[in-house]
Amino acid sequence: MTTPTASFVNIGERTNVTGSAKFRKLITAGDYGAALDVAREQVANGAQILDVNMDEGLLDSEKAMVTFLNLLAAEPDIARVPIMIDSSKWSVIEAGLKCVQGKPIVNSISMKEGEGPFREQARKLRRYGAAVVVMAFDEKGQADTFQRKTEICARAYRILVDEIGYPAEDIIFDPNVFAVATGIEEHNNYGVDFIEATRWIRSNLPHAHVSGGVSNLSFSFRGNETVRAAMHSVFLYHAIAVGMDMGIVNAGALPVYDDIEPELRELCEDVVLNRRPDATERLLEAASKFKGDGGQKKEADLAWREWPVDKRLEHALVAGITDFIEIDTEEARARSTRPLDVIEGPLMAGMNVVGDLFGAGKMFLPQVVKSARVMKQAVAYLMPFMEAEKARLGDAGTSSAGKILLATVKGDVHDIGKNIVGVVLQCNNFEVIDLGVMVPATKILAVAREQKVDVIGLSGLITPSLDEMCHVAAEMEREGFDVPLLIGGATTSKVHTAVKIHPNYARGQAVYVLDASRAVGVASSLLGRDKGAYVAEVQADYVRIAEAHARGQEAKRRLSLADARADALKLDWSAYRPTQPSFLGTRLFADYPIAELVPYIDWTPFFATWEIKGTYPILFEDEKVGAAARALFNDAQSMLAKMVEERWLTANGVVGFWRANAVGDDIALYADDTRTGEIARLHTLRQQIARSTEKRRHVALSDFVAPRDSGVADYVGGFAVTTGIGEEVIAERFNRANDDYSKILSQALADRLAEAFAERLHQRVRRELWGYAADETLSNADLIRETYAGIRPAPGYPAQPDHTEKRTLFDLLDAERAAGIQLTESYAMWPGSSVSGLYIGHPESFYFGVGKIEADQAADYAARKGWTLAEAERWLAPVLNYDPLRAVAAE
Amino acid sequence: MMQTVHERAEALKRLAATRILVLDGAMGTMIQRLKLTEADFRGERFKDWPRDLKGNNDLLILTKPDAVEAIHREYFEAGADIVETNTFSSTTIAQADYGMEALAYELNYEGARIARRAADKVAAETGRPRFVAGAIGPTNRTASISPDVNNPGFRAITFDELRTAYAEATRGLIDGGADAILIETIFDTLNAKAAVAAVEDVFEEKGVELPVMISGTITDLSGRTLSGQTPTAFWYSLRHAKPFSIGLNCALGAKEMRGHIDEIGRVADTLVCAYPNAGLPNEFGEYDESPAAMAKLVGEFAQSGLVNIVGGCCGTTPDHIHAIAEAVKGVAPRAVPKIEPRLRLSGLEPFVGAA
Repeated sequence: MTTPTASFVNIGERTNVTGSAKFRKLITAGDYGAALDVAREQVANGAQILDVNMDEGLLDSEKAMVTFLNLLAAEPDIARVPIMIDSSKWSVIEAGLKCVQGKPIVNSISMKEGEGPFREQARKLRRYGAAVVVMAFDEKGQADTFQRKTEICARAYRILVDEIGYPAEDIIFDPNVFAVATGIEEHNNYGVDFIEATRWIRSNLPHAHVSGGVSNLSFSFRGNETVRAAMHSVFLYHAIAVGMDMGIVNAGALPVYDDIEPELRELCEDVVLNRRPDATERLLEAASKFKGDGGQKKEADLAWREWPVDKRLEHALVAGITDFIEIDTEEARARSTRPLDVIEGPLMAGMNVVGDLFGAGKMFLPQVVKSARVMKQAVAYLMPFMEAEKARLGDAGTSSAGKILLATVKGDVHDIGKNIVGVVLQCNNFEVIDLGVMVPATKILAVAREQKVDVIGLSGLITPSLDEMCHVAAEMEREGFDVPLLIGGATTSKVHTAVKIHPNYARGQAVYVLDASRAVGVASSLLGRDKGAYVAEVQADYVRIAEAHARGQEAKRRLSLADARADALKLDWSAYRPTQPSFLGTRLFADYPIAELVPYIDWTPFFATWEIKGTYPILFEDEKVGAAARALFNDAQSMLAKMVEERWLTANGVVGFWRANAVGDDIALYADDTRTGEIARLHTLRQQIARSTEKRRHVALSDFVAPRDSGVADYVGGFAVTTGIGEEVIAERFNRANDDYSKILSQALADRLAEAFAERLHQRVRRELWGYAADETLSNADLIRETYAGIRPAPGYPAQPDHTEKRTLFDLLDAERAAGIQLTESYAMWPGSSVSGLYIGHPESFYFGVGKIEADQAADYAARKGWTLAEAERWLAPVLNYDPLRAVAAE
Repeated sequence: MMQTVHERAEALKRLAATRILVLDGAMGTMIQRLKLTEADFRGERFKDWPRDLKGNNDLLILTKPDAVEAIHREYFEAGADIVETNTFSSTTIAQADYGMEALAYELNYEGARIARRAADKVAAETGRPRFVAGAIGPTNRTASISPDVNNPGFRAITFDELRTAYAEATRGLIDGGADAILIETIFDTLNAKAAVAAVEDVFEEKGVELPVMISGTITDLSGRTLSGQTPTAFWYSLRHAKPFSIGLNCALGAKEMRGHIDEIGRVADTLVCAYPNAGLPNEFGEYDESPAAMAKLVGEFAQSGLVNIVGGCCGTTPDHIHAIAEAVKGVAPRAVPKIEPRLRLSGLEPFVGAA
């Protein structure tokens, strides 16, 4: 998979003669056929990049590199991934570069022989076109300390980027992983030096990456693979958290960080992070205890273990217990003629029970996702047996209910809901191809065609994704697809699907899916025998909705912008003295303690994610869902405790305050107290809804800020927070462990923590940072009810539906660099668990929805933003009270 | 109005920012129409050459320069802004089939001079600047595919041999007055990488820098180059050349090319150039899409904002180019997207790392 979200690239060592004895033997024996098989296996097992190294004293390394790369080019199933040309000899690197048509990575060059040869090699690499690993190595030797590592990397970066014009995103630094716990005291801090250098590089050398060969670290524990693997896992865990995004790691052999025996993990962490002077002795002492047993946790036996194997499997599936699944699956397999019989027999039977219970409302989504985890692990266990059988007997595929492609569309990063839909579909015997997040239309269509999928499902959370979905639908139409298109996600609606997406895709059928529990019913109807009747029903429904929508549009008269402005909210500024914030400009809250955020979590939306409706905490009392909710809450609490204790996530936030005054419907921000030099302009939109009563005004956010001509020195603030740094690594870790339940749980918690962070910071803003409500004492329930003074409206949401305003806010806050939150082309925030918004302090400010706007405001807004009308209509599409296409046609 | 190479390159870039540029159509199709004989190809100079020369279209640069210039002129008059030199096979490697390796530099030099002459004349007559793209073809050898199915590691040509041959061609094209270098009909990206390296070698040696245009070819409906790359992977392999344009030509008609051009346009932060064949070959192996039909398809590329430069390849004629020029007239060129800096690599398929 080559999704742009894969945050850690794992480079295998099996086609490396220095890393794999087997490969070295094959190459020295000239058995290139078997050597290619090693490469093929690596790619089949998910290697994203293939490292090729022929540095062996007895070999003609140049010739071996050329021979192997040329042979490899003839194998499309291997050559599809990029190559890492790995050698310490420049001549071998250059020979390799002349054999690859793709864009490779060169590993490595350095300033070992001074800046002259380094420049020369870099210039040549630029001409060949390659990314490059730069070792932290200079004339004086390999960099060992933080100081040396960062100094050398910075010098190399300046030469590459400033002098040679090397693209910064093509530079990967290797700050040298050295052995720790060697008994030599100077070595004790090597792990920390690497990790801290990584952090420094990622925040000071823009776009550059960090890689390293992890196996060096545990050199002194040769022979004790359990301890070595645990050390590597712990090291990676901490290095990845600060930005290491590539590494030479034998990933299959690494235990999941959470699954390392806690005592061993603690000991390894002491060594890697140099936490106590006797760390090495303690690990050495304990090492023999862990030798060879994998260091995994064990749990007690239960009565159901006495049941027959089919019943045990069913019980494990229904109760979501993974502890014995491999043993039980093996037992069932040993009794069956074919491994497939286990899947189609007891496992499917168990899943049918789950499906029936879910359908009958006796099981709930979190439980079903847990069942799916059990199923997935059972199937993963059987996979090698089925592969072996396939190799022996030829293909004998399973029959699935249908093949469904799922993707979060380009520009959008949210995928919790989509992951849940995928799990539910899999539970019902659909084959699911999940392309992840930020997937462009071309890729969706290419995979759909290649894999001959039966249904395509699109997901999105932010409003610009609606537009992208229309685009995908149009592309499907243009390219001749006719498979059903499912539409889902928080921002989507039946009306939008009926009015905007459905007309783009006449050849097939677009269908809106309300939530995960409906997905199976819709997919089954679309693939079943009664498809015709179902589609006719959907179409009739959509025609009705479209007509009702069109009527509604005409009926809902709006005020002209001029009239709405005349009716703006006019606060009394004469007596208002805004509090001056405690600082102006921005302040970074890096690595904010997560423990402090936990009490601020609003749990109700957490349950809604899992399709358990009701208000926290009274939903625990609910007769039907109470027990399931309680179980989910307990799992969430124990994961949350681990998240906090083991620092799974890094929380970063940035807050800013600026001098501000309203100018028309905009808010101007000023550089200094003269309030003449404008540093930025925030644009806001005004309500145009026609109201029967005169009581409520036609509000824009700018109404809450003192106008320029009032002479009042007012301020606004802004913030961006994330708790998502590390969430991808965790999700990926659970993914690898076939544990969708924990994956979705971790994502849902990270998402809640981000909201909690926003809540907590806003409280601090009111009490101390801005300080306009220094005496505020509100409970969490009060905070959730938004009873505080002032508001924190987010761009893209009802009070300012324009997502592009985030760009201005992010530039002001320098949020990308400072807090590590990126904006996608659709202005989604990445990591997904992020929140941003403005702070408005006026005590009479309130949350409101702009609602639909008219063409006059779209044109006015376009002029203010410096946009064309078409751009404005594109970004404001979800709130337009008119159809821009129809408006043109009518002229 | 004598301009330096640099000034002409700048003029070309400025023009491309304002409108869709039109490239010429097929040279081969026009030469076929002349129904030339073996004697015509030989001319006086090569009348005793030991090998058959009919079919060596590039040789007409030396033996029928007026005919070649007339074709360039026809394309300019049809509305082309840029013509390609008739040097598709003018490398030592491709000319080896005729034993004419030694003529490679001369062919490129004279080929560029003829096109330059036509461009300057038409520019003077019409008052509209016209440009010459020095064409570098793929050669008939592949650097990453073995011609011997039983020996997949074998290579009939090396990167360095290609680099040397392409450098010689580039020198001729620059000396003869080309405004840009067009590396075209790329079916093996490794050949193109050698060409990019060669072109940069020569730029450095001569202290000039011309816009470089790169055009690959998708050989079948699977949507990959002959050497197996997807359009995005192809772009990632060549992005380091910082080309003036990237795009596709030949092999497919406009209809089949559309999706691939669309894909490139979405990932490439430079101009996009498309010059398809006049449809897919019919049962006689001829390209018979009419000018109107082709212009409709290419016009739609423009309307959809997919392209900055359009033209024609196999089977296209001045009538096609005229129709295409009319179809894109007044249509805004594709807006070059801003692409986020990420580690972007490729094998046969693209790879995108974290930001």
